[in-house]
Amino acid sequence: MITKEAPQVAPAPVRAVPEPPRPAERRRAWDEVPRWQIYLPLSIYLVFTLIPFYWILLFALRPAGSTSLVPWPMTFDHFGKVWNERSFGVYFQNSVLVGIATLVMTTVVALAGGYALARFDFKIKRGFMLALLCTQFVPGALLLVPLFEIFANLRMINSLASVVIAETVFQLPLSMILISGFIRNVPYSLEEAAWVDGCNRFTSFRIVVLPLLRPGLIAVGSFAFVHAWNHFLFALMFLSDQGKQTIPVGLNTLMSADSVDLGALAAGGIIAAVPVVIVFAFIQKWLITGFSAGAVKG
Amino acid sequence: MAQAAAVAKPPAPPGRRRASATPRRLPYLLIAPAALLMLGFIAYPVVSVFYYSLQNYNPTKPWRNGYAGFDNFVHAFTSDPQFWGTLTFSAKWVVVEVGLQLLFGLALALIVNQTFVGRAVGRALVFSPWAVSGVLTSAIWVLLYNSQTGITRYLADMGIGSYGTSWLSDTATVFPAAIVADLWRGVPFFAILILADLQSVSRDLYEAAEVDGATRLQQFWHITLPHLKDAIVLSTLLRAVWEFNNVDLLYTLTGGGPAGETTTLPLYIANTSVDAHNFGYASALTTVAFVILLFCSIVYLRLSKFGGGNK
Repeated sequence: MITKEAPQVAPAPVRAVPEPPRPAERRRAWDEVPRWQIYLPLSIYLVFTLIPFYWILLFALRPAGSTSLVPWPMTFDHFGKVWNERSFGVYFQNSVLVGIATLVMTTVVALAGGYALARFDFKIKRGFMLALLCTQFVPGALLLVPLFEIFANLRMINSLASVVIAETVFQLPLSMILISGFIRNVPYSLEEAAWVDGCNRFTSFRIVVLPLLRPGLIAVGSFAFVHAWNHFLFALMFLSDQGKQTIPVGLNTLMSADSVDLGALAAGGIIAAVPVVIVFAFIQKWLITGFSAGAVKG
Repeated sequence: MAQAAAVAKPPAPPGRRRASATPRRLPYLLIAPAALLMLGFIAYPVVSVFYYSLQNYNPTKPWRNGYAGFDNFVHAFTSDPQFWGTLTFSAKWVVVEVGLQLLFGLALALIVNQTFVGRAVGRALVFSPWAVSGVLTSAIWVLLYNSQTGITRYLADMGIGSYGTSWLSDTATVFPAAIVADLWRGVPFFAILILADLQSVSRDLYEAAEVDGATRLQQFWHITLPHLKDAIVLSTLLRAVWEFNNVDLLYTLTGGGPAGETTTLPLYIANTSVDAHNFGYASALTTVAFVILLFCSIVYLRLSKFGGGNK
């Protein structure tokens, strides 16, 4: 070890000699971990992760009353039943509406606000940033009563718009912080160059900044969609009509029924998971970079 | 408006100023939609919660409504054992849950940060529960814990547990059962955040440590952990607040039962307001929860030094 240290510290002329073995050494320092120390814990964790997924597939695909551990003979009856008789078709439609409306509203409003935070210095900026952060500690669930009253006064109880607004409001702060982080990464000089070429602020934003923001916007929009899709309490409280309900509420209904229909519950769960799986498969490559660029580094 | 224009116009160099016309009002216009939404649907509700907390407010008992002073708070702290019970459970839930999530999340991140065959697939699979919602997590674990056909039955065959008991309806097992269900979804969250930060550790540091003869444990302790400190502090606090506030999972998994054993403070508040219509008292409990969270947020601001880099 110590003999190896010498060439690296040695003055520049000697460096040409130890250069070749360096990649090999680099690999050793980092990757010396015995394989079993990776594969063994990972396999155990993988089993823990996958058994629940397997279980829900099993229940969704095997006939009612079967205790077989393989879903064979396979049946799709549970899906048909939950979609038609348990109105998951309607719930699905409502959830899609809520999800997409929340996505659009969150992205547009957060984009405007995020641009202001990234590109301007204005009096209330620090206060506004602080307010954004404080909202993270305002528990949405604890504001149910006043929110219910507000929507009742606006005559919006039992309309999907109430859920969309509530979801948007609670998505906004983090989305805005993320988006302003993304915008800050776009050099200001690009916009200035566009102004010199005769663009106004809006066109320069549209032509220059927006295309560069696409990955960030996709990430933020997807999070908004997934949150709205998954969140349960606002829909449960603000929507009393069964025909207005969303998927998570439908799942809760299946769970709290007197005799739980496990096949239907499993099928409903899979229906609930499908859009989220699709979204995450789509955005996965932006996930980690999006997080490290926006959230963790502030 | 005219005044602003008059001030801005004279010195304007034609090219740039024209492009950024009305720069004074523009940022305010841009944040206006967000600010209005947040004022109306976060700030106003927060204020009204404080207001209601000082009122007797119960739509089913309108004759008792009116100013109550601090009665609601006094009642909570002196004569409501359920409040103390739910507060203690909340604390226990958050500490155990977040602690375990951090521990396993860190381990998982360290593992999938290594290079090995099948890493991409491995990462995608172990992170997948993160995308699953609270209600769906509940649904999945209700299936697993089902006393007749759940995994409990097969475990009983192997001598773990006994037949016909559901782990969710037994006071002895409900807490670990709920913790495991939430870990399933929560560990990947930590792992993703920590992994994002792990990737920015310079390899030169490890090489230097290797050269100096540091063991892997020492490298972890003196290089990796200090580097991850900020990410760990941030994600732990965020997650703690989130776990405290979240009602989706426990509401649907256990409904707070059996016998109120798994009722968190937010769950108790939801029950008090929505089921018992005791809005005044629920608001007082909300205020207490809010103060606790505010305390957490101050700690959070201190530790993360948020806004320091933004001038």
